Amino acid sequence: MPVFYEKKQLVAPGDLLAEGDYVPGDSTYKENGKIYASRLGLVDYDGRRVQVVALKAFYIPAPGDTIIGKVVETTPGGWVIDIKAPHLARLRASDVVERSFKPETTDLPSIFDVGDLIIARVVAYDRTRDPLLTVREPGLGKITRGRLIEVTPTKIPRVIGRKGSMVSMIKRETGCQLTLGQNGLVLVSGKSPENERLAVMALHKIEEESHTSGLTDRVTEMIKKERKAVESN
Amino acid sequence: MKATKKKTKKERLNMTKKKTEKLIDKKGLRLDGRKLDALRPVKMEVGILPNADGSAYLEQGKNKILAGVYGPKEAHPRHIAKQDRAVIQCRYHMAPFSVQERKSPAPSRRDVELSKVIRESLEPAVFLEYYPKTSIQVYIEVLQADGGTRCAGITTAALALADAGIPMRDLVVACAAGKADGKLIVDLDDTEDKVGDADVPVAFMPNLNAITLLQMDGSLSVEEFESAIGMALDGCKQLYALQKEALKSKYVVAEEAEEE
Repeated sequence: MPVFYEKKQLVAPGDLLAEGDYVPGDSTYKENGKIYASRLGLVDYDGRRVQVVALKAFYIPAPGDTIIGKVVETTPGGWVIDIKAPHLARLRASDVVERSFKPETTDLPSIFDVGDLIIARVVAYDRTRDPLLTVREPGLGKITRGRLIEVTPTKIPRVIGRKGSMVSMIKRETGCQLTLGQNGLVLVSGKSPENERLAVMALHKIEEESHTSGLTDRVTEMIKKERKAVESN
Repeated sequence: MKATKKKTKKERLNMTKKKTEKLIDKKGLRLDGRKLDALRPVKMEVGILPNADGSAYLEQGKNKILAGVYGPKEAHPRHIAKQDRAVIQCRYHMAPFSVQERKSPAPSRRDVELSKVIRESLEPAVFLEYYPKTSIQVYIEVLQADGGTRCAGITTAALALADAGIPMRDLVVACAAGKADGKLIVDLDDTEDKVGDADVPVAFMPNLNAITLLQMDGSLSVEEFESAIGMALDGCKQLYALQKEALKSKYVVAEEAEEE
């Protein structure tokens, strides 16, 4: 059962990663007992599981994910939401208003209108139907303030860090609230534009250098340095 | 009747041959000084269009080609969507200024055919069945053309697809082989393609060892055809190494900057 790369090595689509009794993980596929990469990324061998952490990918909804989406259409029965996935998502009106609502009398655009950004949770998705969302949980609903940053969805785990170390560090150092959408959208809302700017800078740095190690420390350092520079002016 | 027709065709061929210089000189070098089995100098770059989901740029000799990829996203118009897989919408387009005589920017018969064969050469490489009801859009823009643009277009488009993070079985890489002045040559340029005897473009998935495009223009004997394919595949393998390097270099550069 040989493996052909070292951990964290960069691979391209079609590269042979392992042969024999291995299980294909994310961004890989198995054919005739051989595991190949299907995306550009870093290999990871975890026991029998072989996976590639893609450097660029798009979001595939999974039930339970918190996501940030944009309303693109209102329909009599609810809304159509762009969640940066291959399919548009649906949010049912019955999820938001009372169960006895009437499509002809209820003014749905007054709740969410086209262009509004919402935080929602994926309820169901199986590739045969469009993903279904809900906003009936605390912390979900329309976004009223803050700044929206886009990162590649596969890098969201890096933004969170080990046991949330990265995200809690950014929150502590910048005093901003971060809402991470699993679909790669991050909402930053802070007390001042300056704080938000720092958090946004940190996020961009994470995205650019996500494939390097010791990142949390470097980001902390960068935020502190930036802050000092601003204060001395 | 038949005989006279043949004669006139032969005469015409002789006339064109007399007009142009020899394609291969006494030393066995081609018009641009290449050996028979040498590729043109190639430059590839990935991720250069921030507005597209994935993009790539390629220079192969005087060819300059740009490719952009969007998707997978909801297919429009709805009726083109397939219930069991994604569709690839491919547009090969030559810019009006890409050739000596201005080319009309409207898609020509040739553009439509090339769009189709390029699409079909990319389809086996992409996991279309993962994303039913969606479409992946591939735009190939030829900025400057000097022969072999369908091959260069495929090579560029495969890079752009990989850059977009679309899962692929393998990269696709394409290269042509052909015959000029009675000798087999690889990676034909415009003159060799037009004046030469044959042109065989081949698209190839190196790791899966599968050919996804095979066309022929002109005439070759069976033996010549077989060795032409062999030469084209060798060219593909050289280009494939460059393709991988181009994909990876974007991130390796970032890593090196880190270490400094």
